[in-house]
Amino acid sequence: MRAYTPKDNVQAKAYYTDRYYVSPQVPKQEVASDEVFAADLAAISAKFEVKESYIQVGQMVVYINAQDIYGVLELMRDELAYTQLTEMSAIDWLAKDNSFEIFYQMLSMTKRKRIRIKYFIQKGEAVNSVEKLFRSADWSEREMYDMFGIEANNHPFMKRILMPYDWQGHPLLKTYPLEGDEFAAWYEVDKIYGKEARDIIGPEIRDTARVDRYDSERFARLGFEVPKGTEITGNEEKNENAYQEEGGVFLVKKFDKESSKVIDDPQR
Amino acid sequence: MAQVKNRLTPFFENITFDREDSEVILNFGPQHPSAHGQLRLMLHMQQEQIVKAHPDIGYLHRGMEKMAENMIYNEFMPTTDRMDYIASSSNNYGFALAVEKLIGLEVPRRAKVIRMMLLEINRLMSHLFWLATTALDIGAMTVFLFAFREREYLMDIIEGYCGARLTHAAIRIGGVPLDIQDGFIQQLRSFLDKLPQNIKDYEDLLDSNRIWLMRMEEVGTISTEMALSWGCTGPMLRASGVAWDIRKEEPYELYDEVEFNVPFSDKGDNFARYRIYMEEMRESAKILYQTIDMYEETVKNNQTELMAHSPKYISAPKLDIMTQNYSLMQHFVLVTQGMRPPVGEVYVATESPKGELGYYINSQGGPYPYRLKLRAPSFWHTGILTDLLPGHYIPDVVSIIGTTNIVFGEVDR
Repeated sequence: MRAYTPKDNVQAKAYYTDRYYVSPQVPKQEVASDEVFAADLAAISAKFEVKESYIQVGQMVVYINAQDIYGVLELMRDELAYTQLTEMSAIDWLAKDNSFEIFYQMLSMTKRKRIRIKYFIQKGEAVNSVEKLFRSADWSEREMYDMFGIEANNHPFMKRILMPYDWQGHPLLKTYPLEGDEFAAWYEVDKIYGKEARDIIGPEIRDTARVDRYDSERFARLGFEVPKGTEITGNEEKNENAYQEEGGVFLVKKFDKESSKVIDDPQR
Repeated sequence: MAQVKNRLTPFFENITFDREDSEVILNFGPQHPSAHGQLRLMLHMQQEQIVKAHPDIGYLHRGMEKMAENMIYNEFMPTTDRMDYIASSSNNYGFALAVEKLIGLEVPRRAKVIRMMLLEINRLMSHLFWLATTALDIGAMTVFLFAFREREYLMDIIEGYCGARLTHAAIRIGGVPLDIQDGFIQQLRSFLDKLPQNIKDYEDLLDSNRIWLMRMEEVGTISTEMALSWGCTGPMLRASGVAWDIRKEEPYELYDEVEFNVPFSDKGDNFARYRIYMEEMRESAKILYQTIDMYEETVKNNQTELMAHSPKYISAPKLDIMTQNYSLMQHFVLVTQGMRPPVGEVYVATESPKGELGYYINSQGGPYPYRLKLRAPSFWHTGILTDLLPGHYIPDVVSIIGTTNIVFGEVDR
C-alpha cells in the first residue's frame, strides 16, 4: 500500500523516499540534566500546567495550555528574568490534526538561557496577545496573522503587516501554493486596470521559471525569432543571424563562422 | 496588445479634511532616499512635531520562509544572501550553523577560522556602509566617500574569495567551499594596518562636528526597558545599556578563543549608537588580526580540511567524488534529493552586524524544512519606530532611521 500523504499540502515534496527509511531524531535531554532549566521549569509548573518539557540543542522546550500563555510569559519576565521575547510564530499542522503550533522564543540575558514555550490551537481559534508584556509581540502577532490567519485577542492593531491590506489568503499555510493562488494572479491586474481588462491582459505569470516557446513577445524563442505579433506555427526556420556591429568593433575581430576553423578532433 | 488605461489615482492622504485640529498626516516614503529601502512611515504631525508614527513595511516581501519550505537545504543558501544584503555572509553563516546544529556536525578548524574572517569582514563592510549612508543622510558627504573607499577594499578581498561582491554565498553547510586565495592575508593585513587611521579620520570629521552632534546627541533615546521589550539586539541594545553580544555570551565558532571587548553605552541616543559602531569596527579589526594568526597556525599544523566529514549529509571532497564510486553516488543523491536532517527543531542565534539573526528550523526528516522562521533584527528595529518617533521632529526621523541601521531585505524577507 502506498504511504498516506496529506492531499492539501501543496508544498514541494520529496519525490522519492525509501519506504523503510526511519528518520533519526535530534536528541532530547531530560530537563533535570540542567540546573537552571530545572529551576525555571519548577517555577512554571508550580503555577501552570506543563504538558511536556525537554531540552533540545541546548534550549528548553515547554508545552503549556493555550490559555496560560500570558501568565507564563509574565511569570518568566518578572520572576525568572527572561526579559526578551526574541521570536514568535506558528507552524501549520492543519493537514495532520487541524491545529497550529505556536512557539515563543524567550531569552534570559542574565542566565544566558533560551526557552521555547509552545502550545497548540485548533483551526479558527485565536491566541491571547502578549503585546502588553513584550512590545515586540505587536509586530510578531501581526505577522503571524498575516501569514497564517491566526488572530490575537486584545491586540491593538490586528492588521496585515507584510502583505497588502486587501490581500486574500494567508501565504504560509501549507495549502497555499508557492506561486500564489488565483487571487494573487489577478490582484495587480484588477487593481491597476480594473476587472474588465482581464481578457486583454491575462493573469500575472507568477512562475518565474516559466518559458513559453510559442510566445513571440517575450524573447523566449532563441534561435527562432520572428517579428512581433507574428502567428507562431511551430515550423519556423532556424535563424542563424548573429548580431554584429557594421564593420566590427575597435580591437574586436569580427567573428565569421564561415571562415573559422572547427576542430573536430578533441585530441588534435 | 491593446493599450489599457491604468486606474491608479493619486490619493491625498497628506490632508485630512474631517478634523478640527491642525494634525497633518505626512506620508514619508516608501521611496524616500533616507529610508534605506522601502520604508513607508505615516506620521501624524502637530506642526513640526510627530505625535503618532505608523511604519508600514512589506514592499520588499519575497516570502523567503515560503521559499525555504520548497527548497532543499543547500538550495536555500543563496536566498539567505538577499536578507541583509549589506553583510550577506553573516546570513549564510546563520543558516549553515542552524542546520549544522540540527544535524550535529563539527566543522573543521580551518573552516571555522575562514568563517570568522568572513564574518568579521562582513561586519566591517556593514558598519562602514552604515557610517557612509548615515553620514550622507545627515549631510556629511566626505565621510560617505571615505567609508565607501574602505568598504571597496574589503569587497575586493571578498570578491577574490568567492567571486561576488554583494551576495557572497561564501559559506556552505558543513564548512566553507574554498580555502582563502593567495594574497588574502597580505591584503587583509595591509587593510587592517590602515584602518585605525581611517576610523580616526571619520571621527575627526564627525566627533566635534556641530551639525553632527546636534543631529545625534539626545535624539532618538531608547531606554533599556524599551529596547528589551521591543526585542532590540546588537548595537541598538548595547547603546541602551545592555552589554549583550552573542559572540561573547553564547560563543560560536572560535569566538571564545579570541580577545575582544563589547562596547556599550547607557545613553541610548543616536550618538551612543554611532560611537558603538565605531568601536565595534576597532574590535572587529582586533579579531581579524587574531584570526590571521589562527589561520597561519592551521597551516603550520597541516589542518587542511574545509568541510565536515559526514557522508549522510555532506558531499565528499571533489577528489573523492572523482575517484570513489560511493562518494559519487552520495554526491548525486545529495544534489538531486538533498540532505535529510533528523526530526527535530532548532533555534540558533548569531550576532550579525545588525543584531541577533536567528534561524528557527523545524525538520520532519524530509529534504525540505517543514517550517523555517527567519528572525531578522531589523524587523523589530523598524517596529520600535512606532514608539520612538513620537515627540521628535521631522529632521530627527532621518537621523533615527539612519542609526537604527535597518535593511529592508531582512525586514520584509
